[in-house]
Amino acid sequence: MSEQNPSGKTARTNAGSINGVSINGESATRRPAVSFISGGDRHIRSRLMLSRVFAWLCRFSTYAALAVLVVLLAAIFYSSIGRLSPDFVTNTNSTSPLKAGILAGLWGSFWLILFTAMFSVPVGVGSAVYLEEIAKDSMLVRIIKVNLANLAGVPSIVYGILGYTVFRTSAAAIATLFDGKHLIGVLGLFKVRLSKLPIYEDNILVGALTLTLVILPTVIAASQEALRSVPSSIRVASLALGATRWQTIWRQVIPAALPGISTGVILSTSRAIGEAAPLIMLGALTYTSMCPGGIESPLELLTKPAQLLQAPLDQFTAMPIEIYDWSKQPDARFTSVAASGIVVLLVVLLSINSVAMVVRHFASRRLKW
Amino acid sequence: MTMGKLPAWAVQRVSRRHEKLIQAVLFLCAALSVLTTGAIILVLLGNAVYAPGARNAFFEQVSLWEFLTGTHWKPVDGPAGRFGIIPLLSGTIMVAVIASLVSVPAGLGAAIYMSEYAAPREREFLKPVLEILAGIPSVVYGFFALKFITPWILKPALGLLGLELGTFNALSAGIVVGIMVTPLIASLSEDVIRSVPRSLREAAYALGSTRFDVSVRVVVPAALSGILAAFLLAFSRAIGETMAVVIAGGQQPIATLNPLRGAQTMTSFMVHASTGDSAADSISRMSIYAIGIALFAITLTINLISGWILRRYREVYQ
Repeated sequence: MSEQNPSGKTARTNAGSINGVSINGESATRRPAVSFISGGDRHIRSRLMLSRVFAWLCRFSTYAALAVLVVLLAAIFYSSIGRLSPDFVTNTNSTSPLKAGILAGLWGSFWLILFTAMFSVPVGVGSAVYLEEIAKDSMLVRIIKVNLANLAGVPSIVYGILGYTVFRTSAAAIATLFDGKHLIGVLGLFKVRLSKLPIYEDNILVGALTLTLVILPTVIAASQEALRSVPSSIRVASLALGATRWQTIWRQVIPAALPGISTGVILSTSRAIGEAAPLIMLGALTYTSMCPGGIESPLELLTKPAQLLQAPLDQFTAMPIEIYDWSKQPDARFTSVAASGIVVLLVVLLSINSVAMVVRHFASRRLKW
Repeated sequence: MTMGKLPAWAVQRVSRRHEKLIQAVLFLCAALSVLTTGAIILVLLGNAVYAPGARNAFFEQVSLWEFLTGTHWKPVDGPAGRFGIIPLLSGTIMVAVIASLVSVPAGLGAAIYMSEYAAPREREFLKPVLEILAGIPSVVYGFFALKFITPWILKPALGLLGLELGTFNALSAGIVVGIMVTPLIASLSEDVIRSVPRSLREAAYALGSTRFDVSVRVVVPAALSGILAAFLLAFSRAIGETMAVVIAGGQQPIATLNPLRGAQTMTSFMVHASTGDSAADSISRMSIYAIGIALFAITLTINLISGWILRRYREVYQ
């Protein structure tokens, strides 16, 4: 028996070892739990070695994720050199890799997300309120909950098939029913001359409805979580003061849950921006140089009200679809075009997510429970 | 405010009635999800098994036996068409297995590290990294696989071994799909590992266990069913993954298990077929619905098993 401690340099007293046992204490790998057993027992030493190797393996696999992220971003930024320039954002698509830009996809994604949010937020928050605040534990409610969990696992491409078969076909039927002019009669509030308002069957609304189905389970789950985090004392107090159940929900619970709901909703809606598969299934355009409604700058949103009506019913492409299209071009010069598209897409996603983070930050400062 | 002048019973009745209406609307919102499921099943079956009207459903033209056992997938109209799902199934499973080989050790390692080793501060830094990785769109991973992993990592590495790698290959597609589902495994496994009672860990430490013993011989076995559920969920996600596989995996429906060649998965076939210019009621288009049923059934089955395991796991510790 030698006096050498199995943990080598880090010989510790008993007290130190007890410290080392503490769960989640980061020092524990260096101060193993059994370090007080003195003596060069090879068995113990190998066990400690195994423990240390295992810790490094786990640490490696965790930080490998970080490394992958860094390499991914570096590879994309490096590939984008050569095309990423201001005119990449102001040009629409082109067959020439030197001129191709993402403007049409940017506008397509904008309109898609606008309508996806308009459809999914009321329905998603409404469902969450029903499930968390109103529903009693009945058979039907249990079916809805199980069903929601399963819908979240359905591949997004399956929603694309649904959208193609149901929404696109309906849009085609509506288009033949109205044939443009009738619809203008209904929407005649704008004093602009509209000769014809074509309804395309693969329009923005069809895409947005499909994306709504894709993200709805996530929106509902996020809203449910936000509602659950509201302490029940608020509900009880409101009911005790004589408010009805709906008054309690509308004036107390929803305002209290609003920061959580909006963070969750923003994050799940931003997922829809990266979705390409369901839109391709719908038959969204892969190559187009047209922005929906012909609106190419934010200013034209104000100056062209006629086009504003046209945009939701127009054909579209989206950023991820254009990136897919550029990635599969045989001409190697399109690689930098695709990479530039990815940079724009990631910047858009990042700015949306940072809005969510700002909301979360300010909300957590204001609310304290 | 006008209600203030009404007698109490009237106020109650008015508000009750209008609350009933609101509740009904909210119920409809929640019921929409059931409607969606119903619509998916109806649409898939209605076009694959039995189509009302003049259109011919897929299985009215191709026998179920041929579809399930055929080893050739050649979705063209006319007598040359062959509709056996085996090549697409083998491609799908190959990609999903490669993805699991990447994501299971990485995800589980990360989960153990974050719950058993990392200090709270380190964890606060690592969690968002994984969230960002999970939030990157699928097309981006496809681009990464095709333009970076294949030419800059796999080709040189396999070249040293004297192996030839296609530009489009299942290996790179599987690797990026594995990267995509790693955060899912990590966060789900971390949740179940954290819910293992602290007393188990303390008992093990008191008996002189090292961290390795506690993690691998106590915590992971205790959380095993939950971890298994996470693996299954990730596997089903990998099966349904689309754009990364479409971009990097190629479009050759060959019944092979060689990951160095291109392979077509069920999802990449669907994208390929819907971008083609065949007529809407041609059999090559209708085959999308048949593949859709297969994809839906496979992912749903795995998800149901995973959910069942997870529920049983929760019962044990809560």
